Amino acid sequence: MKDIGHIISEHAFFSDLPERYCKLIGGCGKAEVFEPGQFLFKTGNKATQFFLVRHGQVALELHAPGKDVFRFQTIGHGGIVGWSWLFPPFTYMFDARAIEQTRVVTFDGLCLRGKCEEDHELGYRVIKRFANVMSRRLVETRLQLIDVYGRE
Amino acid sequence: MFSMGRRDKAVTSHKFKDRIPGFVTEEGTKIDTRTFSLRGLDQLIQTLLDHGYQCIGPVVRDGVIAYDKVSSTADLPQGWTDEQSPGHYRLRKREDDACFGFVVGPHSWKRFLYPPERRLWQLQKQGQSFVRVGEPEVAPRYAFLGVKACELAAIGIQDQVLKDGPVPDPDYTQRRDNALIIAVNCTESAETCFCASMKTGPEAAGGFDLVLTEILEPKHAFVAQAGSERGREILDALQTAEASESQIESARAGIASAADGQTRTVDTDGLRELIERASESIHWGEIEERCLSCANCTLSCPTCFCSDVEDSTDLTGEHAERWRRWDSCFNRGFSFVAGGEIRHSTASRYRQWMTHKLSTWHDQFGSSGCVGCGRCITWCPVGIDITEEIQQFRLRDQL
Amino acid sequence: MSTELLMPQPWVVQKTERENEDVVTLTLAPESSDHGFSFLPGQFNMLYAFGVGESAISISGDATTNGSMVHTIRDVGAVTHALSAAHVGDVIGIRGPYGSEWPIASHTGRDILVVAGGIGLAPLRPVVYHIIENRHKYKDVAVLYGSREPKDLLFRAELESWKDHNIQVEATVDNATPGWTRHIGVVTTLIRRAKVEPRGAAAFVCGPEIMMRFTASELTGRGMNPDDVFISMERNMKCAVGLCGRCQLGPEFICKDGPVFPWPRMSPVMTIREL
Repeated sequence: MKDIGHIISEHAFFSDLPERYCKLIGGCGKAEVFEPGQFLFKTGNKATQFFLVRHGQVALELHAPGKDVFRFQTIGHGGIVGWSWLFPPFTYMFDARAIEQTRVVTFDGLCLRGKCEEDHELGYRVIKRFANVMSRRLVETRLQLIDVYGRE
Repeated sequence: MFSMGRRDKAVTSHKFKDRIPGFVTEEGTKIDTRTFSLRGLDQLIQTLLDHGYQCIGPVVRDGVIAYDKVSSTADLPQGWTDEQSPGHYRLRKREDDACFGFVVGPHSWKRFLYPPERRLWQLQKQGQSFVRVGEPEVAPRYAFLGVKACELAAIGIQDQVLKDGPVPDPDYTQRRDNALIIAVNCTESAETCFCASMKTGPEAAGGFDLVLTEILEPKHAFVAQAGSERGREILDALQTAEASESQIESARAGIASAADGQTRTVDTDGLRELIERASESIHWGEIEERCLSCANCTLSCPTCFCSDVEDSTDLTGEHAERWRRWDSCFNRGFSFVAGGEIRHSTASRYRQWMTHKLSTWHDQFGSSGCVGCGRCITWCPVGIDITEEIQQFRLRDQL
Repeated sequence: MSTELLMPQPWVVQKTERENEDVVTLTLAPESSDHGFSFLPGQFNMLYAFGVGESAISISGDATTNGSMVHTIRDVGAVTHALSAAHVGDVIGIRGPYGSEWPIASHTGRDILVVAGGIGLAPLRPVVYHIIENRHKYKDVAVLYGSREPKDLLFRAELESWKDHNIQVEATVDNATPGWTRHIGVVTTLIRRAKVEPRGAAAFVCGPEIMMRFTASELTGRGMNPDDVFISMERNMKCAVGLCGRCQLGPEFICKDGPVFPWPRMSPVMTIREL
């Protein structure tokens, strides 16, 4: 099995990251497998982790009593799930659930956050990467909102 | 050498190249120039009718000089002229008996070459299917009398669009091929004219079968030259004399004064690029405050060609027809797609019209779509003046 | 074809297939054998509902199948409503084919991305057919398809069958409904899930303009040469042969210069409002 640092260095999310940082972040990560239906995290839980999807599919969902679960986005191979660990109140806002067998690298956000606070160079690089993920997710969400396929 | 008009390449399509403007060739050879009197003009009209042409010329009608059937000089607007300015047109009595002493009215010749409405075909249900019924219309044979230089240029431009493209309009092509064109050089200009700066007039540079210049000095007469074999035959059939030096001089002076008399000008240098650059100018919004989106400019424009089709059936639902009608980029529905109207604002419609005319026309057909006839200025109910708007875009471009 | 301008020829409806709530696919055969014609992927026909009018509809069938013509029609107006209501045996008028083609045949030896949004898959289906028939001539191929809801997806059964030809097929929806277990998110999110690397590949993109803009931007952002991105445009059309003037977009006539354009020719005019 590949070691976490190696997985990270091959991944687009961490590309161009100096090796020492790859190792450092790798030290906060572990490989995990989620079976279909299994939650990666749930709304309201304390946000301590984020996930790099290596294989499979993760759905972001909301649920309300008496209604079908509202599944609004799926994240597949290469995607990043979870950024609530970075910002107060450090609480997950949605449910993340594997909808097929999903292999991920799970990162300890608390550990990484601590390292980012100690080393702002690392912090800048991590935040920049997450900002990029968030801005893309925002664009995609906007497109999803406007009914871009124009049925009306 | 006397030469007023030098044309854009595309406007100078085939026929237009055949002849050098003026009364002498570039080599200095004198072009055979004939003259005849008002009675000769009657003889000309009669000859056209005898040759089986429907003669269409200027007539006074509904307070304007329009184009319609003429059978003698009595039908012509003799002694009338047109007074034009932005949003203004009035007929005025002349102090002489000139037959062509006006510039252009609301009609242009496209009305005859590309009628405002035309049935394209009729179908009849036959079982589940349908068959074509009715005979295809036979295109009329027109002789156009009194085609001004800007009008000739406009016909040349419409040829590019409707006749010389990959899919020619068969009806236009037939009408055009049938048409005999008798041009008349302008010897005066209206306040709205700017053909000189668009390099389309006031002298007809080609594209006609016969060209006349009406002179009042030393005596009311017409100076005539042939522009084609057909024109030559017709001219030869008339009783004419060789034009005298003084008559030719009088004709030249008349044309020159028409050019000199133009108060509106357009600087065409870089105009195409200027308008392209202006696509997001706030000035379109300023024009919108005045523009009524009434489509008068497009309908009176001699080069505008946009059309709509309308399909219909009779009450039984067994008989269907398709009609084509002039349309305008100012009209509602013109740019409608499944999602809605693309050009919703008047600003965007005016921009489409002006940009097409002055800029993208070059990309599409190799010339400007504007000939400087001034109709869009005269017939705009609020007097929007394209030459003034061009100037506004120039000023803003320099800021 | 008739020399008479804008004259439709009678074609008989052979088959109707309901794709979703407001889309049907019609298979038509010419009533008379001399009215048949061949077409290129990406071209369109003008379809005439007797007495109602005409609509420009892209051809969604296989370009190598002679003798029939397939059109996938979305019911959005009077004409498309009448066309959608056609039954087997009914006669519809057709004239065409018109317009430019998807340059798929000139992109052999390449990786290919087909990106469709909504009804935009219809004009791209002939491209997929061409690839399937010439599969060995292309490297990796992915079809990425987005729609608003699962029920809006066209050709659902067929999409699955394309996978048998070594084509990656991914579908995504904006709004998942119960039972949907595939991707959720706008179609551009599929680009990073495609096994085809945009760099060096060619893309054929069709859908609403916003979708095509964002798709082209995502593809070129990921290294695709802009000249290798092709899109198909839609505008109001009456004649389809460059005479009625209605379909102009900047200097282009969508009917005769398009509807398929290389992205760099359209990108400057697509960002100008109300052009």
